[in-house]
Amino acid sequence: MNNLIQNEMMKLLAKKRLVIIGIIVGVLVLMFTYAQYKQVKEQQEKLGTDDWRAALQQQIIDTQNRLGSNRMLDEWREQLQVSLKQQQYYLDHDINPSEPGATTFTRMFLENAIDLFIPLLVMIVASDMVSFENSQGTIKLLLTRPVNRWKILMSKYVTLLLSVSIIVAMTALLSYFLSGLVFGYHGWEAPVITGFGLNGSDVDVSQVRIVEQWRFLLMDMGLVWLVAVVVGTLSFMLSVLVRSTPAGMGIMLAALISGAILNNMVSSWESAKYFFMVNLKLTTYVSGTAPPIEGMTLLSSVITLLVWWALALIVSFTVFTRRDVY
Amino acid sequence: MRNVTLSVKGLKKRIGKREIIKGIDFELNEGEVFGFLGPNGAGKTTTIRMLVGLIKPTSGSIQICGYDVRQDFTKAMQHLGCIVENPELYPFLNGWDNLLHFARMLPDVDESRINEVVELVGLQSRIYDKVKTYSLGMRQRLGIAQAMLNRPKVLVLDEPTNGLDPAGIREMREFIRKLADEEGMSVLVSSHLLSEIQLLCDRVAIIKSGEIIQTDTVESLLTTQERLIWRVWPLEKGKEILSSFTEITVDQDNIITAFNEHETPKWNAALNEAGVKVYEMNRKLPGLEELFLQITGGGGAGIE
Ligand SMILES: Nc1ncnc2c1ncn2[C@@H]1O[C@H](COP(=O)(O)OP(=O)(O)OP(=O)(O)O)[C@@H](O)[C@H]1O
Ligand SMILES: [Mg+2]
Repeated sequence: MNNLIQNEMMKLLAKKRLVIIGIIVGVLVLMFTYAQYKQVKEQQEKLGTDDWRAALQQQIIDTQNRLGSNRMLDEWREQLQVSLKQQQYYLDHDINPSEPGATTFTRMFLENAIDLFIPLLVMIVASDMVSFENSQGTIKLLLTRPVNRWKILMSKYVTLLLSVSIIVAMTALLSYFLSGLVFGYHGWEAPVITGFGLNGSDVDVSQVRIVEQWRFLLMDMGLVWLVAVVVGTLSFMLSVLVRSTPAGMGIMLAALISGAILNNMVSSWESAKYFFMVNLKLTTYVSGTAPPIEGMTLLSSVITLLVWWALALIVSFTVFTRRDVY
Repeated sequence: MRNVTLSVKGLKKRIGKREIIKGIDFELNEGEVFGFLGPNGAGKTTTIRMLVGLIKPTSGSIQICGYDVRQDFTKAMQHLGCIVENPELYPFLNGWDNLLHFARMLPDVDESRINEVVELVGLQSRIYDKVKTYSLGMRQRLGIAQAMLNRPKVLVLDEPTNGLDPAGIREMREFIRKLADEEGMSVLVSSHLLSEIQLLCDRVAIIKSGEIIQTDTVESLLTTQERLIWRVWPLEKGKEILSSFTEITVDQDNIITAFNEHETPKWNAALNEAGVKVYEMNRKLPGLEELFLQITGGGGAGIE
């Protein structure tokens, strides 16, 4: 088994996929760092001060103004109310919500990357894990060696898990070190509020507590990893089922993008919550924004994702070990 | 009797509603080169894919060195080396890494064995180059090297000379003969290049539309089809006399009959008696090519 995993790693490295992913992440992080830097600068100019309290106060006023307009959808109103209360809480407790620093940047980057960017990166590796052997024809050699088929697929899956972990770690490290060049490498201890619950339209503050940012970051990374594994496993399944890599990638991409679109408009279509792609934004539960469909919780989303994960694995292994190879 | 290394019994394969392989039986002996001959679409590749475990037979059994391919897959595969259709290797790895990759999938194959097979196929000078820079012939060699890694008892090659130049074909032929004669390997070679099979194989199975039509040694297949060519004068009289004994065909100025050791002298005597001059009697083995066209019903490949 170790030998097989070594083989898979050898092929993965020779294809230079991880390097490409590293470059993509690096470029994007630099771009966002610059954008963030611009935003901070602009805000300071507008307020004429670099005092974050003034900025936060300004944000609260903006939000209240938007709430005041009556051409607003109910679900938007709910979300705004939650963030308004959060902002008020930060202000009252003298906590800077976006304590600038590499740690904060990394946390925000991960939170925003979880439902589309990270899944896309994972797809680059996962979607041709099996299908490239098909299109290259090497599958014929692979499957005529004295090794059982399930072991071959297992070695590929383990390699996928390793690469997913590498991708998540690499994204976190790159965004920490690159953004730190601009924002400084601090913010580990900064307090972050978590535990806002939503009870109908009321914000439930009974669970609210403050955690240090590094704990929060770890939690985010765990969730990002979970999402990456699930999306990776699904692309892996497609790469077993569909012989051509572009076709598999296309299907997965369509699913992910439809997820992003659905997230914005499904609140009235309740059974949409069983789609995996609507459940990818796990970090929102921790930071306390309203979920796309009422009744979705961290637990329900994680369970939904795990069910998809298990089904994908079962399908992959059953098909791969039984299929005729032409 | 030499040991049987590969035995196939009652092999059938149905894809959808079509029965592609309709019951194939044959055996391979140690140290023998066995040819698998058939027109396009006859089912050679499909049969070979079943032999190497890539597709499941609908019914029938395949044993390699006594191990059933379905029940004892890993044990059976330890004695098998194969190239199915083209030798497909990883183009983004170099030759050595490709061999290392497949060596890691085998029990007890170490680096010295890799060096051995590289030398065997004569690829030493290019082995550290990426496979995508190889010519087709070099890929073929690397494919063979890969198939030899586990010192197989049975080597299955689907169209091994595909894409090689005449010198390469000859080299490949000598190489395969050497493996069979010196290392006692059984080699199954499929081809539609008849001259190749004729020069290379000990025995041939002729397969058409998923059935083996005939299995025999190359010589006896050919001798049953031996021909005698007569040049006589006057032609018309000769035709008349010979056709009273046997079936004849006329090719320009020649009359062609079957060769029959006991009968031919009588035919000759009859001709002499009638005053027909016999200038020439020529015994001729048909090429496998003609035989093949005869057996498979000549004409086009008959793709169904
Ligand atoms: N995946 C498949 N689905 C349906 N039919 C198939 C499939 N693969 C092969 N066949 C059919 O099986 C028959 C035998 O094909 P096969 O590839 O074994 O021929 P072959 O003897 O190797 O021919 P060639 O000399 O052209 O390589 C053909 O009629 C082909 O159409
Ligand atoms: Mg073929």
